[in-house]
Amino acid sequence: MSIYPWFVVAWLFVVGLWGVISSRHLVHQILCLAVIQSSTYVLLLAIGYKNAAAAPVFATNPPTVPAVDPVVQTLTLTDIVIEATVIGLLLSLAVQAWKRFGTVDPDRLRALRG
Amino acid sequence: MFYMSALAFAAFFVWGMLRLPAFGYYQGPYGDVINSFVVFERHATDAVTAINFDYRGVDTVGEEFILFASVTGVALLLRERRDESASEERARVAEGRAGQTSSGVKVLALAVAAPSALYGWYIVSHGQLSPGGGFQGGVIMASAAIFLYVSGEYLALRHMNPISLLELADAAGAGGYVVVGLAGLIASGTFLLNVLPLGTTGEVDSSGTILAISIAVGLEVAAAFVLLMMEFLEQTLEIRQRRRV
Repeated sequence: MSIYPWFVVAWLFVVGLWGVISSRHLVHQILCLAVIQSSTYVLLLAIGYKNAAAAPVFATNPPTVPAVDPVVQTLTLTDIVIEATVIGLLLSLAVQAWKRFGTVDPDRLRALRG
Repeated sequence: MFYMSALAFAAFFVWGMLRLPAFGYYQGPYGDVINSFVVFERHATDAVTAINFDYRGVDTVGEEFILFASVTGVALLLRERRDESASEERARVAEGRAGQTSSGVKVLALAVAAPSALYGWYIVSHGQLSPGGGFQGGVIMASAAIFLYVSGEYLALRHMNPISLLELADAAGAGGYVVVGLAGLIASGTFLLNVLPLGTTGEVDSSGTILAISIAVGLEVAAAFVLLMMEFLEQTLEIRQRRRV
């Protein structure tokens, strides 16, 4: 059990990477990048996890109750915001690629530039 | 070649993972320190928001401007080129020639739009008490505009010409964060110091500048995401028109 979360991280990363490598469509490729990035969320949250601890919200719990690490949760929030901005930019580039070259297949894009 | 590099990658990956600390036994001191001090020091009951907008606030300024820069970048990439115009397509949609939205979808989307805007605002303004804050709430507020689009009122939305207003809100939100930071600098010589009264723990107006920053960020994020959506929708119109020609 104690190394199971790390394997989830590895699985997400590798599956996403495989998707990026083998993708034949820019939008699909961008979403695979999002899968890679989601492995970092799991990694960050897993690092901060404590057995039998509450969420770091003390609205009802007193501050003495053990809680998981809020720092990595904040970093995960930052990570998500960055991912949203990256995907927004990449999708707009994909739209422009389609308009200019009439294809969103990464292989054919290279051939056209060749 | 590929299988060799994949094997090497897998070997290093497993080797690295086996050295990670055991899951469930958190080791770093920072989380525990903040957990035990956050309510006492900042009167905020959500440690995540307190870190995001106070302890680690300078970093979040950078994060906010990354969002700002990327929206600017999308607007630049998707700007209307000289040979492009979506005016005909826009007219077609306005006159209902491009297909009708079913009335069930219309009613449902219009019914959900206002509550989702309100819920987003609730998430923004209660970030210091319970999970939430400017980023999360801002996105929910932006979803109200997406519901308006789904209901087929996109051109009504476009007709109000909110782009300049949205850009203003986007900039005001990003600037507001820095203004709050400068207030701390002027009052006590430290950027982003929490200078506002901290209030009673558990009340909406507690935790000083955290709430102010949360609202600024919520404004910026909501405006940014609506702007993004509109830029992409304009592209759809342009591409549809081009296909027709």
